[in-house]
Amino acid sequence: MSFLEVTAQLADGFLTTLLIFAVTLVCSIPLGLVITFGSMSKIKPIKWLTKTFVWIIRGTPLMLQIIIVFYGPGLLFGWRALDRLVAVLIAFVINYACYFSEIYRGGIESIPKGQYEAGQVLGMTKTQIFFKIVLFQVIKRIVAPMGNEIITLVKDTSLARVIAVTELVKAAETIISLKAIIWPLFYIGAFYLLFSGLLSILLSRIEKKLNYYSG
Amino acid sequence: MAFLEIENIYKNFGKTEVLKGINFSLEKGEVLAIIGSSGSGKTTLLRCMNFLEQPDEGKIKVNGETLFESGMQFSDREAREKRLHFGLVFQSFNLFPQYTVLKNVSLAPELLAVENSEKKLSRAEKAEIFREIDENSRRLLDMVGLSEKIESYPCELSGGQQQRVAIARALAMKPDILCFDEPTSALDPELTGEVLRVIRELKSSDRTMIVVTHEMNFAKGVADKVIFMADGVIEEIGIPDEVFGNPKSEKTRAFLEKSLENP
Ligand SMILES: Nc1ncnc2c1ncn2[C@@H]1O[C@H](COP(=O)(O)OP(=O)(O)OP(=O)(O)O)[C@@H](O)[C@H]1O
Ligand SMILES: [Mg+2]
Repeated sequence: MSFLEVTAQLADGFLTTLLIFAVTLVCSIPLGLVITFGSMSKIKPIKWLTKTFVWIIRGTPLMLQIIIVFYGPGLLFGWRALDRLVAVLIAFVINYACYFSEIYRGGIESIPKGQYEAGQVLGMTKTQIFFKIVLFQVIKRIVAPMGNEIITLVKDTSLARVIAVTELVKAAETIISLKAIIWPLFYIGAFYLLFSGLLSILLSRIEKKLNYYSG
Repeated sequence: MAFLEIENIYKNFGKTEVLKGINFSLEKGEVLAIIGSSGSGKTTLLRCMNFLEQPDEGKIKVNGETLFESGMQFSDREAREKRLHFGLVFQSFNLFPQYTVLKNVSLAPELLAVENSEKKLSRAEKAEIFREIDENSRRLLDMVGLSEKIESYPCELSGGQQQRVAIARALAMKPDILCFDEPTSALDPELTGEVLRVIRELKSSDRTMIVVTHEMNFAKGVADKVIFMADGVIEEIGIPDEVFGNPKSEKTRAFLEKSLENP
């Protein structure tokens, strides 16, 4: 098989992988913030519910979560099964939102109390303090850990195959088992490297940009 | 009736009684120095006046207006208006690291101006207000001797310079009374002078100020009134000559002797 033929056969896999990556990122970044507010809530029940949820999600394999989201509703409540890709997306978004929420929380808690108080004595509202003073400092502190998670996400997309969603690794595996050639595996390996490499470069650019001040 | 009246302020943190009935008054343009040993409640008193803490009891009046009274309920918005009667300069500066020196000073006035305008500002009106704020901020930074540094970031400044920015930032909100909580305690000794000089200049421009300080000579030189606090009460209050020269209280005497030994 030629390079182009393989590429054509992998096309769907590429798309699915990129789709999982993009949707997870776009949805879990804001959802994570909501979870952060929950886990930092002054209302105790909300706080403990959120924290327990985050603990469960972070303490169990993503692969298991994908399987549960796909089979769970049907087996537990007799509901119609979700579309496979939708199930994967739900599991990924929830899982990553929980990881992100913990990063956000760490970032928010690392901002000294004096920053809030300085805003307060200058007559700012809570909202102004959060958006004009705290948020930017939090972003600066979390780009590095967020970057690590985002690069992990690139590789985690391959877990989607567990419920037979044809992402890139599964697509390549189909080819090699049919045609008995090995190089498509190296091909997709190179793709993952390139993808995460580009992301690393982008992220370190952002980090540099934010480093115009220290502290 | 005095410009600032503090009546019977009590404040507990759980079981610890920190302020146990604080009473004093201050005239417009006067400078009050508060001295006292660590843990006597000086910071807590300033924080109560700036509404960072709420007193359990007592009354705070500025210019005849009662800002706080026990049992008084007020919204977040009202609390913000009330606290703007006071300004606070922190021991640890607390500048906003992501903004330039100029922006540190102009940010809060800009936010307030936009919020306070009844109608939606047209672009021209907004530009005009922001220009005024910008001008005022530059003037204040010039006054604290930092006109060269307006485009710098706080991390590029010395502690003394940062504290002077913090003073300009507090002044930009035009507080009636400016409070300082040990403004030089976080500074290397050779940098305290420049900050104290700025505060002295503010006095000559007739500002009402409350300065918590461990710099006895400064307190002696600049204050119109001195309070010595011990264990949450005002142990002694008077003009500097009396409090420093001829203290009535045994505790004051002991404190002053100790601070002379290791200033
Ligand atoms: N948020 C708080 N919660 C509990 N206790 C507090 C709190 N803030 C202050 N205290 C206690 O109140 C007492 C007075 O503290 P405060 O900071 O007002 O003293 P201070 O006179 O400013 O001391 P220093 O000279 O060390 O700054 C201390 O015993 C302190 O432990
Ligand atoms: Mg203190």
